[in-house]
Amino acid sequence: MAISPLHITLILALLVFIVLKILAPANNSLPSTYLRWAILSGVCALVLTPFAWLICAAFKHPSVFNDYTFLPPLGKMLEGEVTLGNFGRLLTNPKQTISGEIYFVQYLFNSIFLACATTIVQLLFCSMGGYALAKLDFAGKKALMFFMLGTMMLPGMILLAPLYEMLVRIDLIDTYWGLIIPGSANAFGMFLFRQATIGIPNDLIEAGRMDGCSEFKIYWSLIMPLVRPMSGAFCLICFLGSWNNFLGPQIFIQSPEKLTVPVILSQYLDVYKQEYGVFLAGTLIAIIPPAILFFTLQKEFIAGLTSGAVKG
Amino acid sequence: MATTYGRRLAPNPLIFLWPYLLVSVVFFVYPLINAFLLAFQQTNDPVTKEWIGLKNFSFILTDPVFYKALKNTAVFAFFSIFLQLPISLGLAMLLNVSKSKSKGFFRLLIFSPQLVGPIFVGIMFSVMFTKRYGVVNKFVQELSGWGLDVDWLSNPHLSMPALVLIALWLFVGFNMVYFLAALQNVDESLKEAAAIDGAGKWQIFRNVTLPAIKPVATFVVIMSTIGSFQLFELPYNLFPNQNFGPDNSGLTIVGYLYIKAFRNSDIGMGAAVGWILTFIIMIISLIQVRISGTARES
Repeated sequence: MAISPLHITLILALLVFIVLKILAPANNSLPSTYLRWAILSGVCALVLTPFAWLICAAFKHPSVFNDYTFLPPLGKMLEGEVTLGNFGRLLTNPKQTISGEIYFVQYLFNSIFLACATTIVQLLFCSMGGYALAKLDFAGKKALMFFMLGTMMLPGMILLAPLYEMLVRIDLIDTYWGLIIPGSANAFGMFLFRQATIGIPNDLIEAGRMDGCSEFKIYWSLIMPLVRPMSGAFCLICFLGSWNNFLGPQIFIQSPEKLTVPVILSQYLDVYKQEYGVFLAGTLIAIIPPAILFFTLQKEFIAGLTSGAVKG
Repeated sequence: MATTYGRRLAPNPLIFLWPYLLVSVVFFVYPLINAFLLAFQQTNDPVTKEWIGLKNFSFILTDPVFYKALKNTAVFAFFSIFLQLPISLGLAMLLNVSKSKSKGFFRLLIFSPQLVGPIFVGIMFSVMFTKRYGVVNKFVQELSGWGLDVDWLSNPHLSMPALVLIALWLFVGFNMVYFLAALQNVDESLKEAAAIDGAGKWQIFRNVTLPAIKPVATFVVIMSTIGSFQLFELPYNLFPNQNFGPDNSGLTIVGYLYIKAFRNSDIGMGAAVGWILTFIIMIISLIQVRISGTARES
């Protein structure tokens, strides 16, 4: 009998439940606790089932893709029904474009470059702005913050069309600068850093000034090390945002050799119509970089994500 | 910031604010003004423009496809708020009881779909909803004895349920993180005091927990409304041929904007759709803030 989705979900639920039992303190064994665990395990299993399916599907041979929901039985697996072929095809079959043959690795590289560049620029600009909002007094600060709040409420989509026109006019269309600069100093990031900076004692900054540090040095050498958790969270938010950004590259980038992974995978839907394995392999690859970053920075991420909302 | 020391000249905030001011003038204020003007123009390419007054708006507001998109988006937003958020809150409350490490473990697992971008989610689920072979179809079949041969993505009545289900998978964990953070800040002694006074579990939730998490709840409701009204990537990639489902059954307002502005190359029309959307979002946000009675400062 082949493994069915329900089996996988139940197995996953059981695994989660066991992990919980291990993690729980020894004295915690009331029936209500077990019930709670059971519900949460079930939910986790439902959340994880698509991931289990994705991993299996990416390794299945195209000819048996629809024969098994998850993996073929062990014997068949050894006969080559589980392969790295999908990854091989994805990585070694170049895409024919007007700019010549382009390999998937190129798109991966593009995406990684773009995400890193976006993150570095945003981190710098937003932390600078956040510091000024938290610790400097100047005329019009209230008005500026009110304006920033307003910009956050406007749906970004409304700017897409005029931004396109603007980028055409200043000749940044079809460049990565056109994707990086417009969002580089954003209200959301500046408010996050304001929240993180505002708790730092003013005496520390005054002491820095007394020692003759320049304003920029105070920000760079005193403040930045202190807001490192928020920086970690913000890096992840930026990286995820850029990595998963579809509409930006789809509209602002025209040269095929500059496209990014989300756009290209979306195009593969047409190319590999009957071979889901190939683009699911691509999807799996696309999840890996943000996943690595997330597991490294997850504590900071949760803290950063919620600090704005909770501290308010 | 009162200073007791003899201080140098007040630091110039422009040292730190110039990136924001520059970027927001060039890439926000100017395009925004342009977006306003564009809404009254017809464009065929970025160079050719023609003033047409309110014709863009009158076209959109009489276009049945727009109302279809509006209805779909509203339905999606409704389920986001009245199905997704209660589930998120429920899970957060279940999680909040435990003081062990399991909290972080669960949070991590339930949050994990957020790592997959909406575009990848769209692709993944387009395969998972395949008729007869899709993993969702098989799962539903096993649970209910119905649904194996259902073609979710080419049945106009099932497009929205499919979208709602996927969004549930994608966003429940995200919202849960916010609720959980809020619940952790609720004063335990208040709850205990209420319990001593003889309040039941529901009464404690109603009168102690709910008011305490209200600011965060308002924030989450507004964010998720705004997010729902801007839904685009998911349906764009979920339905075959990127056509937003059979009979436009998965078309959202932003999808409509995208088609008008970038497929039909009428950026002016796109801008007009954008303003209508902004107007809708603002009205709804204002109503929500009014209902919740919390005007938040920062």
